[in-house]
Amino acid sequence: MSTLPLTLSDVSLQRDGNTLIDGISLTFSAGSKSIVLGHNGAGKSLLLRLCHGLMGPDAGSVEWAERNPEGHRRQAMVFQKPIMLRRSVRANVTYGLKVNGVSKTRRDEIADINLKRVGLEDIASRPAGVLSGGEQQRLALARAWALAPDVLFLDEPTANLDPAATLAVEEIVEEIHGGGTKIIMTTHDLSQARRLADEIIFMHQGRMTEHTPAPQFFEDPQSAEARAYLKGELRW
Amino acid sequence: MSEIFSAFAIAFDLIISFDRELYSIIKRTLYVSITAVALAAFFGLLLGAVLAVYRFPGRRAVIVVLNALMGLPPVVVGLVLYLFLSREGPLGFMGLLFSPTAMVLAQFFLILPIIAALSHQFLRDLYLEYKEQLCSLGAQPNQVVLTLLWDGRVNLITVVMAGFGRAIAEVGAVLIVGGNIAELTRVMTTTIALETSKGNLALALALGIVLVLGAIGLNAAAYTLGGVSTYRRI
Repeated sequence: MSTLPLTLSDVSLQRDGNTLIDGISLTFSAGSKSIVLGHNGAGKSLLLRLCHGLMGPDAGSVEWAERNPEGHRRQAMVFQKPIMLRRSVRANVTYGLKVNGVSKTRRDEIADINLKRVGLEDIASRPAGVLSGGEQQRLALARAWALAPDVLFLDEPTANLDPAATLAVEEIVEEIHGGGTKIIMTTHDLSQARRLADEIIFMHQGRMTEHTPAPQFFEDPQSAEARAYLKGELRW
Repeated sequence: MSEIFSAFAIAFDLIISFDRELYSIIKRTLYVSITAVALAAFFGLLLGAVLAVYRFPGRRAVIVVLNALMGLPPVVVGLVLYLFLSREGPLGFMGLLFSPTAMVLAQFFLILPIIAALSHQFLRDLYLEYKEQLCSLGAQPNQVVLTLLWDGRVNLITVVMAGFGRAIAEVGAVLIVGGNIAELTRVMTTTIALETSKGNLALALALGIVLVLGAIGLNAAAYTLGGVSTYRRI
């Protein structure tokens, strides 16, 4: 049984009297790449954190199809700024496997496979902290990939990267998706959304104004906010 | 003036001729302080990490108290421990007063707050950095504690060294609970205090030189380790 679909029912989040996420109801089904679009501060990252379970909603519910504790391990997240453990590149990958109870020999095998997949096998024994930004993000992807998640959340994974590193990350994301992993990713980069998205979730001021297939979103956005956003971007 | 020079000369002579009394005092000092630091490091680092990761009622109070106790006057620690260990005290039956064990305990209580408070400050920052990632990977709080202790090891060694420096340089507490008994509880600092007052400057000076050289060596080691860690974080 799959961990998906993931269903959000009327999810809200408040902080200091401000409503940051406002009554979002949404179902993520298996397979497609869902891109969450919106301005800075629209609530994209918070939505991802709520889905991943890093925060709990103040109202509403976040429900996975499969409700056993194993469910948590079937999902992984890559952050905007990669968080590197003060260990070697390989140890960063094996760590996630270790806390999930994978045996030592399996850990090393899986780590080597995934470091090879992202092209970091030659520097596996270097301290992760000395890697470049692009390499660190690829390592973060390998670490998430090693967990063989049903769902991978990515929070603006290329926001700090140059075009070449961005391309490398996008290729890896496509490859992870090709292996059957559901992709849920935020971005404010419209061209990236066009390249990757199967469906678009558009957010504005904590609310979801639109959840449509990508071609339809870019041809004929349904909400006024999304139309304005697309127009605003076109000026550039 | 010539007295000072001759004291120095005799002091160096004691050091290079491996004077039995001098080196037995150094050995005892190291035994007491290293044992105290090892125990305080074990409990202090664990306490620091637990305070950084777990949220429980009274946590803030513990942190405030630990920070306050960092500047604990050694003589007060000695006095309180003396009251507990003396024949009439609640722990008097153990017969620990005026023993090296009592001195270990005194130094332990003196540096436990230092190691716990300093390691908490550092590990709290490390936890803020790691928190979301470790939670995302599915690490349990007890695993997070061990991860922080391991990944923070370089800085934590410096914290432990600060505790060691405090323990080995301290006079008041070990003097009160140890009693400064020759061949039994006399350590470097208490010997220096005693021999100086007796006018035996050479032995006091020899011990002082060893203490200072030890402090320089310790700091050099801490600096080197810090340098390694800086390189690792580039």
